[in-house]
Amino acid sequence: MSQSRPFRLPKGGRLIDRAYQLPFRFDGRHLRGLEGDTLASALLANGQLMMGRSFKYHRPRGPVASGAEEPNALFGLGQGGRFEPNQRATTTALVQGMILRSQNCWPSLDADVGEINNWLSPMLPAGFYYKTFIHPRPFWKHLFEPIIRRSAGLGRAPTDPDPDRYEQAYDFADVVVVGGGIAGLKAALAAAKGRRRVLVLEQSPNWGGRTPVDHKGGEAEIEALLAELRAKKTVTLRRNTMATGLYDHGYLLAREALADHDPNAGIPRQRLWRIRAGQVITATGALERPLAFSGNDVPGVMLASAVRDFIVDYGVALGQRVVVVTNNDDAYRTALVAADAGLEVAAVLDARVQAEGELVQAVRARNIPVLTNTAIAKVKGSRQVEGVSICDQSGDGHVTGGIDCDVVAMSGGWSPVVHLWSHCGGKLIWDEAQAMFRPDPDRPPLGADGKGNVTAVGAAAGDLRAAGDLERDEGQTQPVWVMPAQAPYKLRAKMWLDYQNDVKVTDVELAAREGYASVEHTKRYTTLGMATDQGKVSNINGLAILSKALDQPIPATGTTTFRPPYTPLTLGTIAADARGDAFQPLRKTPMHDWHARNGAHWEPVGLWRRAYAYPKGGEDVHAAVAREVLAVRNSVGLLDASTLGKILVKGPDAGRFLDMIYTGMMSSLPVGKCRYGLVCSENGFLSDDGVVARLSDDTWLCHTTTGGADRIHAHMEDWLQCEWWDWQVYTANATEQYAQVAVAGPKARELLQRLPGTIDVSPEALPFMAWAEGELAGIPARIYRISFSGELSFELAVPAGRGLELWEALHQAGRDLGVTAYGTEAMHILRAEKGYIMIGDESDGTVIPQDLGLGWAISKKKPDYIGKRAQARSHMIDGNRWRLVGLESLDGRMIPDGAYAVDAGENANGQKKMQGRVTSTYHSPTLNRPIAMGLVRHGPERMGQVIDFPTPSGETIRARIVDPVFYDKEGGRLNG
Amino acid sequence: MLTLTCPYCGIRAEETELAPGGEAHLKRIGPAGSDEDFEAYMFARANPKGVHFERWRHAYGCGKWFLAARDTATLQVYATYKAQTPAPTDEVIAAITAARPDWTFRP
Repeated sequence: MSQSRPFRLPKGGRLIDRAYQLPFRFDGRHLRGLEGDTLASALLANGQLMMGRSFKYHRPRGPVASGAEEPNALFGLGQGGRFEPNQRATTTALVQGMILRSQNCWPSLDADVGEINNWLSPMLPAGFYYKTFIHPRPFWKHLFEPIIRRSAGLGRAPTDPDPDRYEQAYDFADVVVVGGGIAGLKAALAAAKGRRRVLVLEQSPNWGGRTPVDHKGGEAEIEALLAELRAKKTVTLRRNTMATGLYDHGYLLAREALADHDPNAGIPRQRLWRIRAGQVITATGALERPLAFSGNDVPGVMLASAVRDFIVDYGVALGQRVVVVTNNDDAYRTALVAADAGLEVAAVLDARVQAEGELVQAVRARNIPVLTNTAIAKVKGSRQVEGVSICDQSGDGHVTGGIDCDVVAMSGGWSPVVHLWSHCGGKLIWDEAQAMFRPDPDRPPLGADGKGNVTAVGAAAGDLRAAGDLERDEGQTQPVWVMPAQAPYKLRAKMWLDYQNDVKVTDVELAAREGYASVEHTKRYTTLGMATDQGKVSNINGLAILSKALDQPIPATGTTTFRPPYTPLTLGTIAADARGDAFQPLRKTPMHDWHARNGAHWEPVGLWRRAYAYPKGGEDVHAAVAREVLAVRNSVGLLDASTLGKILVKGPDAGRFLDMIYTGMMSSLPVGKCRYGLVCSENGFLSDDGVVARLSDDTWLCHTTTGGADRIHAHMEDWLQCEWWDWQVYTANATEQYAQVAVAGPKARELLQRLPGTIDVSPEALPFMAWAEGELAGIPARIYRISFSGELSFELAVPAGRGLELWEALHQAGRDLGVTAYGTEAMHILRAEKGYIMIGDESDGTVIPQDLGLGWAISKKKPDYIGKRAQARSHMIDGNRWRLVGLESLDGRMIPDGAYAVDAGENANGQKKMQGRVTSTYHSPTLNRPIAMGLVRHGPERMGQVIDFPTPSGETIRARIVDPVFYDKEGGRLNG
Repeated sequence: MLTLTCPYCGIRAEETELAPGGEAHLKRIGPAGSDEDFEAYMFARANPKGVHFERWRHAYGCGKWFLAARDTATLQVYATYKAQTPAPTDEVIAAITAARPDWTFRP
């Protein structure tokens, strides 16, 4: 037959407006479509049948469907940051000026070099990678993997940031109906009783589903239903909204397309609805199945329903001469629609022995030949259908004739869309009579009350004739999984199941022969149903083939798991506003703006931003850190410590409670004094540390690390509420109520004494580990004499709102002393020079305080504390644990953070044995050499020994085990 | 995204405002306990397909810990009750057996 192309019919097309032409570009060509077109209908109207190359064999492919199940017609859409791969042509509305690019082909869609895979296909069976690329071993890494990686992946990811906006919204409804076809609209009307709020979601821009296409009077009936629904205040109708997933207890996610591909609309591109539904009604319809005959993927072979959708909805014909091949009556509608549109219908090939339904008779009445017990032996043509050879369905493919045609409209029956039903535990049953899996009404997904919270209606429930009075009598569908029934290998090797991933009947059969009995394993081995369409057209056929190969009934094989999303969601919709500055909340101390003004180099600590250092002039960060450290050692420095956690614990049993929370004794702490405390988890590991101050007879203030405030407060509440609920204790997290400043250095006292106030900071009045309160610089203040630097040090706490005032007053008063703001890195170095541990460096959730030489902070008198029992377990006390030491590199190089020290010999896995690791490593400005701390097996007993730290570059750094206190071992500097 | 009703503030809370706390009704083993008892308390956790007693905190609500009797397979919530309940009450057990007659409580 002479070549023809798809074309726009002279009339018809209920969704298009012929008055409005929309220009767009496809692979550089300038084309025109119509308002109302999808990309697929616009391309077909321009004569473009080929719309993609299959993933593995690069076979030419045209669209096979007209909706969300389309596996072939995928494009790269847009430019720059708006580029999106794998956009489905059948569901993407045409927008003026759109730019489409074909995928998975090079140099072009027409001349694709990768097509060579098609000729190699006998050498590329299922599981090819697994079998072929195992040996020789090095070939995988150096040869096969680089090649596969280059050719892997469908479509290219965009590289620029997405400039579009996305938003999320919440909704609550008593009943959510998913699907705006006739069954959904009727269900919505039935549900809209009294004050019940009903939400109806339709994925496409058009209401009615298949009814307007398939039934005379269908459009009018839909309009009538819509009018009734619109009149109800309790009903919300939402189009362009795809329900992507149903989760626990009626939580439904739906994506609404607001301005898809229309960046000039000035509104967010998409909206993700987060809906809590009382009841969900799935009216999601059914998807037509292809038939498995040889060459069923040649462009021009299309689902029968899609052929008539393109004619009725868009006034587009796939070709001039149509052959319909079917196992059911519904496909006869396509013959009627095609004939009405003026196309030639060469024949209807019916696999059934008998075909007598009303639709069949209507076709016969038009003098269209209906051939029963007839199958397609083979489709002729490679880039486009040129004809079919026919045979008996019951036979082995012996050709009995041929028919010229350029369109093959196929129908293998219908499968209910059961995705939402299945997402959250709804079970399916196999309906033998209709050859389909459908929702089992007796085993629905359950709500919190244990009652079913999902109902399927219409075609989604297996009722394929849901249009009621509009329906006509139909004969029974006969399952046809292979066409013809006794097809030999040669034909079966060209019967496509999964179009996108190129999985054929023979691939599934091979998997079964090789022992893949589970449908889930077969899916992964053959990649059946693993493409971006998730096997919407292929799954049922595939598992029917697998069942046959395994010689078991279909329900025994079962389905693969249905997982959300129903169709792909763009990541922008999932992230929505949570990106850039709004990614997460930013916590700022009262002095934050001062830090910013003074050039702070920021460090994120939890949600806080803390100043890491304050580089000045042309100084780099390292120089700034060194300057800040030396200022604290030689004069006085100021640290914004406001982020430290501050938890108030109060009540008659507060002391007793804190004795359980901390390893040390807090109940005996005198009022006015401070004590360093360790918090462990119940399994003994160090969780947090900080200074505890006793404020009054029944009140303690517990400082935590910056990152530990919420966690330790929650830990306290857990034990209070769930274990010792009869103890009278109240806790409050007062972290943000106070601004806190560490004033550290030999001149710290002098600086404080320059500020007017009522607090005596003399050594006699305020000794180490004491606190006092009063007024400082006119601000109510509490002063703790505690030190995390080893220097004379005071921490000042004032009401948060006056923190900046205090901070600036200190700078003002200490200008001539060289008062220096220091950041977190200087703080870390100062503490490391003193051998003080840092939670998260020296501890990592596997370290007990005893490992860190902190036995002095563990009370021996207390009968119990959280973690005490665990710390007595054999592994904790056997003496073989890695323990804290200082490490001094022999050649003056820094040991990398996290480096491991190797031991002699190998472990059971043939790896070198390890005997320790670095937990902190710095260049010490005070000592002008590298210092490090680490955990080493038997470390404190091995002072002076040298151990080896191999580095990733292959070199080894040798280090001597030393005391972790590198500076001021006697501690005299604490007193200034 | 489960919903659980907080027995303190009465709010039907969504999973995102709750923090999970693992198995409920554990008996703490202190310093006097044997290695075996401590190990069982610390590490051995029930992981049933079916009825499970769980700890939850209404972390982004009233801040209270509470307990839930829940079916891990069907997601049915039989009861939520205050954390200060050493063992499932008769009412909780009755709510479970009403839905699951075959189930018996094994402390």
